Amino acid sequence: MAGPPLIDIRKLCIGFRGRAGTMLPVLHEIDLTVCRGQSLGLVGESGSGKSTLALAAMGYLKHGLQKLSGEVIHDGADIFARSASELEKIRGGRLGLIPQNSGQALTPTLRIGQQIHEALHLHCALPEGEHEARAIDLLAQVRLPDPQAILRRYPHELSGGQQQRVAIAMALAGEPDALLLDEPTTGLDVTTQAHILELLRDLAAARNMATVYVSHDLGVIARVCDRVQVLYGGETMLTGPTAEVLRDPAHPYARGLLASIPRLSDRTLPRALEGRPPPPGQRRRGCAFAARCGLATETCHAERPPMIAGAGAQNTRCFYPDRVAGMDAGGGGAVPGHGASDGPAALRLADVAVRYDRPGLLARLRRVPRNPATVEGISLHLRRGETLGMVGESGSGKSTILKTIAGLMSPAEGRIALGDGSLLNATVEQRRPDQLRRIQMVFQNPDDSLNPRQTVAEILSQPLRLYFGLRGKALQGRSVELLETVRLGAHYLDRRPGQLSGGEKQRVAVARAFAAGPEIVLCDEITSALDVSVQAAVLELLNDLKGLHGTAFIFVSHDLTIVRALSDRVAVLYQGRLCEIGPTAAVYGAPSHPYTEVLLNAVLEPDPEHTPRLLTEDAADLSPPARGCPFQRRCPVKCGRICEVDAPPWQETGDGHAIRCHIPLADLPRRIAG
Amino acid sequence: MLALIFRRLALGLITVWLVSAIIFLGVEALPGDACTAILERDAHGEALEKCRAAMGLNTPALPRYIAWATGILQGDFGLTASGQEHISELVGYRVRNSLLLAAGALSVGIPLSILLGTMAGLWRDRWIDILFSTGAILAMTIPEFVSATVLILIFAIWLGWVPAIVLTPADARPLEFFPEFILASTVLTLLMIAHIMRMVRSSVIDVMASDYVQMATLKGVPYWRIVFRHALPNALLPAINVIALTVAWLMGGVVVVEVVFNYPGLGRLLVDAISGRDLPVVQAITMIVAATYVGVNLVADILSLLLNPRLRSHQMRSR
Repeated sequence: MAGPPLIDIRKLCIGFRGRAGTMLPVLHEIDLTVCRGQSLGLVGESGSGKSTLALAAMGYLKHGLQKLSGEVIHDGADIFARSASELEKIRGGRLGLIPQNSGQALTPTLRIGQQIHEALHLHCALPEGEHEARAIDLLAQVRLPDPQAILRRYPHELSGGQQQRVAIAMALAGEPDALLLDEPTTGLDVTTQAHILELLRDLAAARNMATVYVSHDLGVIARVCDRVQVLYGGETMLTGPTAEVLRDPAHPYARGLLASIPRLSDRTLPRALEGRPPPPGQRRRGCAFAARCGLATETCHAERPPMIAGAGAQNTRCFYPDRVAGMDAGGGGAVPGHGASDGPAALRLADVAVRYDRPGLLARLRRVPRNPATVEGISLHLRRGETLGMVGESGSGKSTILKTIAGLMSPAEGRIALGDGSLLNATVEQRRPDQLRRIQMVFQNPDDSLNPRQTVAEILSQPLRLYFGLRGKALQGRSVELLETVRLGAHYLDRRPGQLSGGEKQRVAVARAFAAGPEIVLCDEITSALDVSVQAAVLELLNDLKGLHGTAFIFVSHDLTIVRALSDRVAVLYQGRLCEIGPTAAVYGAPSHPYTEVLLNAVLEPDPEHTPRLLTEDAADLSPPARGCPFQRRCPVKCGRICEVDAPPWQETGDGHAIRCHIPLADLPRRIAG
Repeated sequence: MLALIFRRLALGLITVWLVSAIIFLGVEALPGDACTAILERDAHGEALEKCRAAMGLNTPALPRYIAWATGILQGDFGLTASGQEHISELVGYRVRNSLLLAAGALSVGIPLSILLGTMAGLWRDRWIDILFSTGAILAMTIPEFVSATVLILIFAIWLGWVPAIVLTPADARPLEFFPEFILASTVLTLLMIAHIMRMVRSSVIDVMASDYVQMATLKGVPYWRIVFRHALPNALLPAINVIALTVAWLMGGVVVVEVVFNYPGLGRLLVDAISGRDLPVVQAITMIVAATYVGVNLVADILSLLLNPRLRSHQMRSR
């Protein structure tokens, strides 16, 4: 449809030299083509080789990797055969890269202007004198407000979304024919993600570019790609049109991947893909996926399946594409358990406010008005056995609230009390051991929260000794029990975190929290560092633990689908203020706060028919307004001065569902729809 | 930004003041005083009383401290223990000579160690890296009196290019120090290179593996431009503090090297003063060295603030 391929990768093998001196393959005979105007999605779990493949398309290999065989044809020649100066022309010129984490991919000591000028200097035909105007034009194209000011800023002075836009502008500076995007929106808020993807779609269409998206998120792929290529263990498992792959994937792995994604439309929990992917470089016979495949036969373990035609226009590396259709695709996972909604309280927050800034002596003497508090007016309660979800974009104060409850920060105002009415002292140092025991926290990244030098036994024994004085046999027995609760066996006791996979580490972190026999477990984005397939397993685990011992959870996440799957009640936060709180079904249904609507509409689903609605601009780094409604600056249905002046009232819909908005409840759905 | 620099400056001044108090109290706490040191065996009875009265040692400690401290502020360190010389004059030339020596070692050592460290980092684990790294470690581990002696042996005794023993007076013109100055600063350069070089090397390795260097490569930026524009400014930031410590160490007078070469610097004066129990001189030199340390570290702090945009705005915000 679009002429000859722009990038044509043929039988590419890339590997690294192992300790024994043998070459270990990371990519295995990969074929890939993409033409002008097309967009291709590369999907797979971490370690599948998808980023390596995208970088190889630019002739770049990370330290230690080598090309073993095959070629990457760009512009009629193998890119690996080109000279350094030819590569410098192509990279950033005809092939542009948009990196995963622009915050780290922009040089911290150079201003944005200097970095864009460099790209123009290297790749732009315009005379130097016109570069300034071109840079401003590029920043305007990626819809950054006030481009002149942005040019003078340093990377760290921009928000994540702004950094990503700058990286896009920089890639456009060379007028590329093709853009390679390495997880371009991972780590961004839902709203920002939706905005960036729309922008990229528009730019690709306007310039007739070829785009290659690398992502683990099928929602992103569904939104932006015509074709999908699924990678597993460094091999292509499935290629096909996006709509077909998402509706009826012809490979068991793609099915499993699809089933592990939580969806807003699905009331059941996603289903985990058992097992773990092979480590990069592992030698194997037979099909890479055989070990985790429900359909695997002896042939699968013995022979490598060829790429054959599957359902529709798909090509699949599977012996039994017709049997795949019989497997169920998504849905039908565990039914989320629900805790008691009228039990006794486990925790109460009354009017809690938190401030990060401390006014200096001078500011206090001069009576400089203080900035509005980072978190303010948080009043909520948590019942025993209940799971409260907290959602909001970055900067919404959800982690701050968790840290305050855990005693890692002290509230500036307000009180936090346990269920029996006893007030919690401000900080960890001031709390009694008994109070500490009752509140436990699980952190986002288990790599940072588990001591890499300790074995799992040592990690679990600390709370057991400290709070229960367990020794010897009793200690050992209880540790094994805890591991079994999180579905790990006793043989994990001697391992260290480095020997565990991401999902296993997070299970150990959960087991450690439960070792203290807590009443309240605080979960801070505990699945966001995990692959989707692993995330589903952790969600299942938490769902099972909910019923246990009447423990209450506060579950913080920026992912609305996960919060929906797990929570009994949900609190929506914007810039440290509560917007809406209530039972999950009520918050996710109508009427809801305009901000909740903005978030819900921006969610991407792995469904080619689903289109996100962008109700408002994505967030800018602003402190909350001094008065009025916290959401006034971005609200799509702002009614006027009243929103800027008066704090909106809480409006109850019954059943404990409350919305903080000036617009009457009956009018809200109509206003937002219109 | 300015306010931040002033704050650092104020903290530095407070540190120097605390150091002066500690030095003064330390000397007070020692058994004996300047008079017992001068009079030695005659330090009793009337002679001692007379001496103390003459030197004002009978007044209480606080007024004496204030007089001493205000004197220093005006550049006057008082008299030596023997009461015959002004410490300021005695120390002045020595400070100049030590600074001269430090400047000589630094002007060669800093650029050289940055260059070697960068090269070792860029060609990590290749022969050039192994050569430079082991060479630097070797140079650092050989004690300065050994390397100094070897240099004297080669250049003074075998080749006869410089005199073996020099008796240049402290107040000589700078050019007259030339022969031993070259050898002494070479020894110091050898000593300091390893620290800075290793710091620069590991920092260059980190930065070259960073996302932004990969991004610059994939933007089509030529290799050397990446090194100079994207990598080095970031790689040198952590090296600034190591460099500052080295500078302070050199300016504080390097006793052994000065003694071996008979170089009239601050370090040798300190040794002489200690062995002669000349407490006022010891106090003065300690003050000068302390102030140098504080000053150099202050400059390093301000430099890191100026060169690191992240640190700059972070500090501003948290203020």
